[in-house]
Amino acid sequence: MSTQTPHAPSGRELRQRRRARQIAEHASGGILSLIIKIALIAVVDAISLFALFVAMTQRQWIVFAVVLVIAAVVNVVYFTRGWLPAKYLTPGLVFLLIFQVFVIGYTGYIAFTNYGTGHNSTKEDAVMALVQSAQERVPDSPAYDLTVLEQLGNYSFLVTAPDGTVSVGDDDTPLSSVGDAEMSGGVAVGLPGYTSLDFAGILEHQKEIAAMTVQISDDPNDGALRTPDGSKAYLYVSTLEYDEAAGTMTDTETGTVYSDTGVGAFTAESGEQLMPGWSINVGVENFTKAFTEQSIRGPLISVTIWTFAFALLSVLTTFALGLFLAIVFNDMRMKGRKLYRVVMILPYAFPGFLGALVWAGLLNRDFGFVNDVLFGGAAIPWLTNTWLAKLSILWVNLWLGFPYMFLVCTGALQSIPDELTEAATVDGAKPFAVFRLIKLPLLLVSIAPLLISSFAFNFNNFNLIYMLTEGGPRDAAAGINVGGTDILISMVYKVAFDGATSDYGLASAFSIIIFVVVALVAIISFKQTKALEDLN
Amino acid sequence: MSRTQNASPATRQAVPTNPAALPGKRPVSAGRWFRATGWRHLVGIIVIIYAVFPLLYVLSASLNPNGTLLSSNGLFARIGLDSYVTLFTSPQQPYAAWFGNTLFIGLTASVCTVFLGALAAYAFSRMRFRGRRFGLVSLLVVQIFPQLLAVVAIFLLLNTIGEIFPILGIDNQVALIMVYLGGALGVNTYLMYGFFNTVPTALDEAAKIDGAGHARVFFTIILPLVSPILAVVGLLSFIATTNDFVIASVVLVSPEKQTLAVGLYQFVSQEFTSNWSVFAAGAVLAALPVMALFLYLQKYIVGGLVAGSVK
Repeated sequence: MSTQTPHAPSGRELRQRRRARQIAEHASGGILSLIIKIALIAVVDAISLFALFVAMTQRQWIVFAVVLVIAAVVNVVYFTRGWLPAKYLTPGLVFLLIFQVFVIGYTGYIAFTNYGTGHNSTKEDAVMALVQSAQERVPDSPAYDLTVLEQLGNYSFLVTAPDGTVSVGDDDTPLSSVGDAEMSGGVAVGLPGYTSLDFAGILEHQKEIAAMTVQISDDPNDGALRTPDGSKAYLYVSTLEYDEAAGTMTDTETGTVYSDTGVGAFTAESGEQLMPGWSINVGVENFTKAFTEQSIRGPLISVTIWTFAFALLSVLTTFALGLFLAIVFNDMRMKGRKLYRVVMILPYAFPGFLGALVWAGLLNRDFGFVNDVLFGGAAIPWLTNTWLAKLSILWVNLWLGFPYMFLVCTGALQSIPDELTEAATVDGAKPFAVFRLIKLPLLLVSIAPLLISSFAFNFNNFNLIYMLTEGGPRDAAAGINVGGTDILISMVYKVAFDGATSDYGLASAFSIIIFVVVALVAIISFKQTKALEDLN
Repeated sequence: MSRTQNASPATRQAVPTNPAALPGKRPVSAGRWFRATGWRHLVGIIVIIYAVFPLLYVLSASLNPNGTLLSSNGLFARIGLDSYVTLFTSPQQPYAAWFGNTLFIGLTASVCTVFLGALAAYAFSRMRFRGRRFGLVSLLVVQIFPQLLAVVAIFLLLNTIGEIFPILGIDNQVALIMVYLGGALGVNTYLMYGFFNTVPTALDEAAKIDGAGHARVFFTIILPLVSPILAVVGLLSFIATTNDFVIASVVLVSPEKQTLAVGLYQFVSQEFTSNWSVFAAGAVLAALPVMALFLYLQKYIVGGLVAGSVK
């Protein structure tokens, strides 16, 4: 992909140069750096081999392929002569591709599924979970003699059936008979390669062992073994019966038949659903929901408007105050400017999330300093009234952000040559005209990129919103968990992770919508600034 | 660039251009003083009250033994270190662990970020290869889509990976660091790329003529020369990592593995008003090292910010 561009025309000269470079390389490298290089690659390879082995035993072929490709690329890049740029770029690119590029693509995929609470896994997992959750002990079922085995932190059941057959199984693999078990008084007590748990061991891991269900055959309808005490196992059969051929789930007690109607859960004719379901591809349903359902579209639009307003107003207020202060303190005659400067940038040095939390306390309606002391005990809802909360957010963000603007404006002002001001003054310009016509345009040239990046930062300023108001006050009319001061990123977070139910599919659809909005804004601003053309 | 910029005010201060600043030349009346610089002090005092009051408030709250939100309103009414003791002894919150985790995650992530970014910046700045411009542009384009927005996908990805390799799964700090490293190339690379370009290539060439290979040039010549930008990038990414709440709160589940941002938020949001003094103590301790480092390095940070964005 990335090779050194040949810059000399003649092939012979090129070869000579390459040889010279190789000689230089060998002369400089030394045995030590070679050893370090090989050792590092050996570590990478060892980890990859281990990962490949683990992925293979669990039959995770996609992971297996990804690890294999990464390991192969690393080895090829570092053991091939040349390809210098690749040697320097590969480490960062691997992380970039997985945790930035891939996850963005994955977000796109999730947006087309119904991933979320109750729709977390595959259909097989859902069937298994349903059958197991409805299991009940079979009355008068035979007792199996049980020895709990442990291997690498995983537990298995070694059972001796009433008819004497010895078999072993665990949570994931059904019972299979074994011949080489260690017997004691007609009961299997050990198996080569496993450690048998004694009474103390069983007590120690009581919880895990009590939660185990070992199927007695491949068919989940046959039932599973469970143990209440670690020494006897009993047969449990589910009241839900799964018919694989028909793809239906039948409740053996009520006779209700639940079938897969394509919504990602077994659904009865009455519309009753069995949970958990599984995740399915729902097409553009999340997007249509976001744009057509009034209870979601309304909040989505108002949140988008507020996000832009918040980011824009934050930049404007912090820039205005910062610039004003920079001008005020840019007077050489003033004493103690250094002290003012150090004290003023303290809010910027204070960690942002803590600043927002401290202000949340100050502005608390019932006990906060502002209401209690400054307003004499009035109960002003600074953070719980939609408009006051928006005002408070801007106020706190001004506190957090003005020192930064003050610093960069001071720097930019001082880099404007004094001669310009002097020349204008000589020409009879008033101080304000000097500022408006000479200093401000020059200042904006160097500050504009910082204003844009400040806008981008505030566009996703999750910490401030979430720590100060948690996006509240909650919008009761909305169909999703969203509040009056939520910005887009906090809305995504709350839909996916806050509250009792999570809707990863809808949250990802929101993310994709934000991506599109951000991309449009970026394209426009790139066209304006022509930033890309400056790259060389 | 940053250095000259920062040097200029100092030299200008030493040689005042305006004769009014020279004391003893002529008597200055109070009215004239106020019009010239006095009102600036007035503005300064107002701004300082705005800037410092919340900080003094949180300091006073932290010194208020076992105080609630309401009793913290009497500033410095009572002084005691009880809250600091409670912070470290109460089993309700593993503050020491949070502090250690934050340092560990922040330092590891920022050191690796600096290293990965420097490697990439060196390649982009010193080598000419096919796809170089494409690489630079796509790094810029990828930055438009912050990792933050893909937090759902990161969560589900780590969930899946964690079933195979528990060390890279949910509730594991190594996984979190790796997620942070996904953002290592990007803004940081740009800051460094600009700075690398200011180091004359004549230095590399001289070293190459003397027989140094690319690795030796990178480690022994370039890296020492660009150390100011390495410090800036390291500090910025450390601050960004310690301030991150979204990804850290999703990845780290068990309390003793969490960072300060996640832990302190959950601690204070459970019992907002009654835990206030203990929270304030935690906030003060968490903020002190960052603020000290920031003030110590502020000249470089501001210079780096301006230089990086303008370039």
